[in-house]
Amino acid sequence: MHQMTLAEIARGLADKKFSSEELTRTLLARIAQLDPQLNSFISLTEDLALSQAKAADVRRAAGENGALLGAPIAHKDLFCTQGIRTSCGSKMLDNFKAPYDATVVAKLAAAGTVTLGKTNMDEFAMGSGNESSYYGPAKNPWNLEHVPGGSSGGSAAAVAARLLPAATGTDTGGSIRQPAALTNLTGLKPTYGRVSRWGMIAYASSLDQGGPLARTAEDCALLLQGMAGFDPQDSTSIDEPVPDYSASLGTSIQGLRIGVPKEYFSAGLDPRIADLIQASIKALEKLGAIIKEISLPNMQHAIPAYYVIAPAEASSNLSRFDGVRFGYRCEDPKDLTDLYKRSRGEGFGAEVQRRILVGAYALSAGYYDAYYLQAQKIRRLIKNDFMAAFNEVDIILGPTTPNPAWKIGAKNSDPVAEYLEDVYTITANLAGLPGLSMPAGFVDGLPVGVQLLAPYFQEGRLLNVAHQYQLNTDWHTRTPEGF
Amino acid sequence: MALERSDVEKIAHLARLGLVEADLPRTTEALNSILGLVDLMQAVDTRGIEPLAHPLEANQRLRADAVTERNHREAYQSIAPAVENGLYLVPKVID
Repeated sequence: MHQMTLAEIARGLADKKFSSEELTRTLLARIAQLDPQLNSFISLTEDLALSQAKAADVRRAAGENGALLGAPIAHKDLFCTQGIRTSCGSKMLDNFKAPYDATVVAKLAAAGTVTLGKTNMDEFAMGSGNESSYYGPAKNPWNLEHVPGGSSGGSAAAVAARLLPAATGTDTGGSIRQPAALTNLTGLKPTYGRVSRWGMIAYASSLDQGGPLARTAEDCALLLQGMAGFDPQDSTSIDEPVPDYSASLGTSIQGLRIGVPKEYFSAGLDPRIADLIQASIKALEKLGAIIKEISLPNMQHAIPAYYVIAPAEASSNLSRFDGVRFGYRCEDPKDLTDLYKRSRGEGFGAEVQRRILVGAYALSAGYYDAYYLQAQKIRRLIKNDFMAAFNEVDIILGPTTPNPAWKIGAKNSDPVAEYLEDVYTITANLAGLPGLSMPAGFVDGLPVGVQLLAPYFQEGRLLNVAHQYQLNTDWHTRTPEGF
Repeated sequence: MALERSDVEKIAHLARLGLVEADLPRTTEALNSILGLVDLMQAVDTRGIEPLAHPLEANQRLRADAVTERNHREAYQSIAPAVENGLYLVPKVID
């Protein structure tokens, strides 16, 4: 039962082959048995799950038939869940029970999903390996000594290990696509403004975007359908109609123009990954796609610009954690400054502290123009590169990551080494474009992802191409041994 | 320009972040490594380029000036570290 995709679950529930309650009990038992190896969950929500499953069964018995009705999922632990701990992977929020539901959580609950728990993540979504979590690293089910990627590492590890069919994630610099690539999943970062950020704990507000992680493009379409849409509560939400993502999956990709940036294949990319990307290009060519070489000349400037913009926004966003209204407070503060400083010093981990400091420095008097403004100008250059490329091609294809999953601890001594792993994903966040990662093969038994990028609001095109690819390849069906 | 330990202490004060004394050398080294990466930006010619703050260049939406929220004080204060009579408690600010 645990091997089923969301689409198969929807059919099984519609055909009355099993109930949501039976499925939920099976998966909760599987999580209890296997998660101690993976550490993919921060909190389990068994009581909520069973009550939601029973309610979904009642709704279905009454004639309702939504694709997500009774479907078990989990939320990355930065989506606020009312009355349930929402830790953001941090000691700062270890005791924080959110007073309301995030829009994404509320929308998916209304569609009838069953929340099994809250998944592990890098602290405040700052990291690419899930190693900065206060609750310890999540493990990659393909090799338990390796990271599952991050920051949505718990969501990825849990879905890859078949503990559940799909989960939510968020992507600020690659945090959905990179863990999807490293665990053999399909993950989608929507267009900035497509999915509400209300109740999604902010890291870098002009980059953050929620999206689905699942095993197939078909399942990502189902979950995105439940997440996307205008939300008046989020001032950056875009009022743009949401298409039927499942309806366009079957469209032929005959004549689709795929751009492959020549900059993607320079030094730094594992040559074995380059070979797998070439193989995926061949597979799409066989389906009728037309391949064109393109150029994204400013791509190399994306990481430096990102590591100004994201920390600057983070230092501002995280100033709300002051030990006064919610979250961690230090013992016996001697005055108000001491209360702020020690609550924040003790409540935040090392990587979060580093990014707050970098951000505070970049925004401080005398440095603003050289850092923040220069980074925003580079951001426009990167967006302009994409706009020019999309005049010539319909999607852009390349590797999701330069290397497969690294060993836990291997990058701990130098934060910059970890930052460089996001070289292919960060540009989409800076430009606000939708991006998808899908399985493309294995290197040393570790999964490799291929990334697709599309123009604004063309999530349906990404899902269509990925679905057509998955109808003709079987990488996405591979299961890690022992799971 | 490399940051000195005293610069890091100053930034940490601006950010109201209490750093552990023993971590300062390591933090200084890490920040300099990050700023080394960031400084690669300075070589990029951005003359005449307008900064981009919002990827879709959308403006902040306005809403009608109407009361839409109800009072959540009890719910919000139930998760606060210290409250009394509906107020948030902090150490004495003025003697």
